Amino acid sequence: MDAIILQTLNGLDKGSAYALIALGLTLIFGTLGVVNFAHGALFMIGAFCAVTLQRILSLSHEVIDESRKDFLGNPLKVDIPYMHEWLGPDLGQAVINWSVPLAILFSIPIMIAVGYAMERGLIKHFYKRPHADQILVTFGLAIVLQEIIKYFFGANPIPTPAPPAFNGSFDFGVLIGADPFTIMYPYWRLVYFAFAMILIAAVFAFLQFTTFGMVVRAGMADRETVGLLGINIDKRFTVMFAIAACVAGLAGVMYTPINSPNYHMGMDFLVLSFVVVVVGGMGSLPGAVLAGFLLGILESFASMAEVIDIIPGINQIIIYLVAIVILLTRPRGLMGRKGVMEE
Amino acid sequence: MTDQTQNPSVAAKPARATKTAAPSRGIFGLNAKDTTLLIIVAILTMLAPFILNPFPEGSDLAQFNAGYPDLMQRFVIFGIFAIGFNILFGLTGYLSFGHAAFLGVGSYAAIWMMKLLTLNVIPAIIMSIVFAGLFALFVGFISLRRSGIYFSILTLAFAQMSYALAYSVLTPITGGETGLQLKSTDSPLLSNLAPGEIGRANLFGIDMRTSYELAVGDWLFTFNAGYYIAALVMLIGFYVSIRIFRSPFGMMLRAVKSNQQRMNYTGLNSKPYTLAAFVISGMYAGLAGGLMVAMDTQVGPERMFWTASGEVVLMAILGGVGTLIGPVLGAGLIKYMENIISKINSTILHDWFAFLPDGLEDAVVFILYPFIGKGWHLTLGIVFMLVVIFLPGGLVEGGQRIARLFRRKKSDDAAKTPAE
Repeated sequence: MDAIILQTLNGLDKGSAYALIALGLTLIFGTLGVVNFAHGALFMIGAFCAVTLQRILSLSHEVIDESRKDFLGNPLKVDIPYMHEWLGPDLGQAVINWSVPLAILFSIPIMIAVGYAMERGLIKHFYKRPHADQILVTFGLAIVLQEIIKYFFGANPIPTPAPPAFNGSFDFGVLIGADPFTIMYPYWRLVYFAFAMILIAAVFAFLQFTTFGMVVRAGMADRETVGLLGINIDKRFTVMFAIAACVAGLAGVMYTPINSPNYHMGMDFLVLSFVVVVVGGMGSLPGAVLAGFLLGILESFASMAEVIDIIPGINQIIIYLVAIVILLTRPRGLMGRKGVMEE
Repeated sequence: MTDQTQNPSVAAKPARATKTAAPSRGIFGLNAKDTTLLIIVAILTMLAPFILNPFPEGSDLAQFNAGYPDLMQRFVIFGIFAIGFNILFGLTGYLSFGHAAFLGVGSYAAIWMMKLLTLNVIPAIIMSIVFAGLFALFVGFISLRRSGIYFSILTLAFAQMSYALAYSVLTPITGGETGLQLKSTDSPLLSNLAPGEIGRANLFGIDMRTSYELAVGDWLFTFNAGYYIAALVMLIGFYVSIRIFRSPFGMMLRAVKSNQQRMNYTGLNSKPYTLAAFVISGMYAGLAGGLMVAMDTQVGPERMFWTASGEVVLMAILGGVGTLIGPVLGAGLIKYMENIISKINSTILHDWFAFLPDGLEDAVVFILYPFIGKGWHLTLGIVFMLVVIFLPGGLVEGGQRIARLFRRKKSDDAAKTPAE
């Protein structure tokens, strides 16, 4: 029982990341009909927004501290972050420590700008080209973005810690009456899961309860008619692309403390996210979210020692295996709509 | 058989059924144009050690020489890989994102033959083709039940599974992370190795690594046995691919690409054709894998990783998908960039632009620096994007456009469609 709960929890954080990326992918596919292979790169750019902000906040300059001496008796040189000078040591340090959550605010305008530029500059020209061309050009874009990040930040993972307040683990077992210390769950993963839920809810609420969202949904159902009604649907779809980019970016920002960002993290996630989208059903937003969490949890169950003893290596291939079975038995995916990308 | 050899770039169009005049067949059963192409390619590959070494040793430009055995072997081996991929993607339009899996399977089959049976490369290469073909039959049988992006995802899923398994569970067979090499403990049945001797791949006694060096003036040309064997195999593969392109079977595959639904409505089951194309294409990949092992007797699971599959897609697209020679050009270009651009460093850049005023020199080097050395992937990505956006037919289409531009200037025929 403990193990089952623990594995479910462990699957949630990876599942959240899958769900968020798959949600963005599906948004783009559902609105613009474009298969975006560069979506993983957006996730990565988000993560590097957090890295950048952390570096900006920790910018420092050298000060000679007369009160302390080094071993030669000379005054010691110490690096003082500007934040400490401007906000005082306590508040300044807090700001630096909280750089990852602060990066949410920092990354939103960046991600919207990147998404907007991507759609207007490149993807716009590929609406009428075959899906294969869209895959190829976005694949090329993903390589370019990845290499740019690699040029500026290097090839090694950059540790980006969570705020100290979230260090340590939450004893989940006590809540449900199990023995203490049996089900430990890091706080930050809990935060990540909650954040993902809020973000997903926000996207759905935006689509469901705003006029803008209503028009977008109408456009997804029948683009031509909406256009005939005198609504500039292209403009709104561009905004949706920017929002999808933003969702991927935010997923990346918050993921940095879980996994130190490196330049190919986007590609690693992208391959799996595509599988998630296909399992959930092309063009179905709830399907993408559901499949994201399901596959994340499934993957975590498959990596239990008991399971690996029975079927060795299952943890490595479970997601692909599920995808193959789903594609062959239920081509539309779990919640796919009829007629969307069903050859 | 209908004649549809007018222009490889319009290969995607359905055949010209009206033109049924019996074509004149030259040697090899090819028409004049294809024969010329084959002969040109043959001459180029045979003279590659000269052509790829245009700069004298020790000169500033010597770093652009690509005529060393290792790189030349890679040119032709990846050429084979890309030719095979093109038979699938170029003819049927099915975009496989997992072709490296077949290459990997072929490699593993080949190295096991060398470890167990003989160090002669022939059985190893045959086994690599057989195993890759069988694996492709299995993967293709399942994946081809869907098309479009689903097919891409399915092949990707199979390739990633193969990679993950080769990396972890199948370690007894694949050597896991370290992969497999020929070791002194191997004792192939048919080869008499002294105890403790590490075997070397050979072809009836000719060591793959044998090279003959010819010095002419300042130039040094290397003729490598392995390269010529691989080049010969590539020429055979190229010839077979021409025959497939020109055959009724090839035409059927093009029909699948242009409109599969209509094919099905006429009561024709296209699955056997696409499956055959998939298996042939997988066998080419296996052949490439086997040759890789023959040239450099080692293999690791990273050969099956999905980026390797992506690379062959890049090659085919860059050169020109659906054309005969395009994929080979693309493979050559990418491997050249990988090896040559990545060798340039900032010192070399400074040397080149030394004629500029100091400030300008630094500025130019600063701008160019991200694109060279380790950043060659960036150059590749940008070139690839530009090709997909502006030249969907790849380098071959680019060449044709330039040729058309010249021809039009000569004939001064303004009525033709503009070449954009």
